[in-house]
Amino acid sequence: MHPAEQRFEVHILDTGERYACGGSQTLLAGMEALGRKGIPVGCRGGGCGVCKSRIVRGDYHAAKMSRACVSADEQAAGVVLACRVVPRSDIEIEALDRMRRCVTRHLTPAARPPVPPT
Amino acid sequence: MAITGVMRPGHVCIRVLEIEPAVRHYVDTIGLREVMRDTAADGSARVFLKAWDEADHHSVVLREADEAGMDYMGWKVDSEATLDKLSADVEASGLATDMVWMREGEHPMTGRRFRFTVPTGHVMELYAHRETPGCAVGYLNPDPWPDDMHGMGARRFDHCLLYGDDLAGTFKLFTEVLGFNLTEAVVAGPDEQMIGAFLSCATKAHDVAFIQQPVKNKLHHVSFLLDNWGEVLKAADIISKRRVSLDIGPTRHGITRGETVYFFDPSGNRNEVFAGGYTWYPDKPVIKWTAEELGTGIFYHDRKLNEKFLSVFT
Repeated sequence: MHPAEQRFEVHILDTGERYACGGSQTLLAGMEALGRKGIPVGCRGGGCGVCKSRIVRGDYHAAKMSRACVSADEQAAGVVLACRVVPRSDIEIEALDRMRRCVTRHLTPAARPPVPPT
Repeated sequence: MAITGVMRPGHVCIRVLEIEPAVRHYVDTIGLREVMRDTAADGSARVFLKAWDEADHHSVVLREADEAGMDYMGWKVDSEATLDKLSADVEASGLATDMVWMREGEHPMTGRRFRFTVPTGHVMELYAHRETPGCAVGYLNPDPWPDDMHGMGARRFDHCLLYGDDLAGTFKLFTEVLGFNLTEAVVAGPDEQMIGAFLSCATKAHDVAFIQQPVKNKLHHVSFLLDNWGEVLKAADIISKRRVSLDIGPTRHGITRGETVYFFDPSGNRNEVFAGGYTWYPDKPVIKWTAEELGTGIFYHDRKLNEKFLSVFT
């Protein structure tokens, strides 16, 4: 099956949530489909940086993202804008910056995972 | 009163991540017309567009770049003599930096442009001449709209809303040097510090607006004019039909009274199409909004500011 027609599992490490994301669906669109509060949806076009995250594990394809939001070094280290990324395998993702604050806002302090080293 | 000096917004150059999806958006969705393409001095692709009711050769420039956002906004002045005077005034004011003359023809069918950076970090240009191929319905016994109107059918590029840190400096330059008038102000705190300025160079409720934010040179939105509320609602239909990224609306602004819908281009730059708003005259008192009521000012129906309005920009 072509990867665009497959479905992959995305694991949000910050919250422990898992969701299915189609191979032609962006990670952010898959997250939006969860329908819960706290998913920070910005421009959906790789320009505003609100959905900045890091892919910890998995294969993916990232469309062009604004350099104002993701530097070349960051991109090489797996930093992405979730609105520009489609999965090519199961994915583990860690939210950064505003995205992290938003997705963990509903968690009790004790349930929040420690802030990862930067 | 005749409109003298700076007459109106003439162009905006928008940075896009990929040129073809951007052109499809501004043409097929917003309804602009592609006029021509060229390559900028740095080798990046540029596409020039205009709206159907605009006479001048172009008003929107898309430039392919690594970052989204706005390159610059251009203002058409009434004569070459005014261009000489205002460029000298800008220089003498000490409020602008990076002043440079762009040669005639650097923008196609356009005369020399005086480029400068204002205290909020935004690049502005003044120019006096651009060829006028004319609008889509002509000027002799014209029909009110053309048969080949498409997408939202935007009539003209209307204004930009920009975010930056030194609002006071930019406000001073636009009002005291360029002759703009304050139509509406957003103020905060007991000493009523201005955190938002809506500025008009002619008789519109605004031609440009600045909001104080701790950033430099950021674009909040580029706005295009529609005819009426019905067209704004139809624009929202088109946003859904074409799977365009919707921001908010359709709704009403308290500030300027416009009827509006916000959405994003494929590179994440926010667009607005709007209708309505009042006519401004020089004797109209300035409208004041307090920071507590800013939500009502921006989104009159909801009466509350959503976080996206403040935090999402390019």
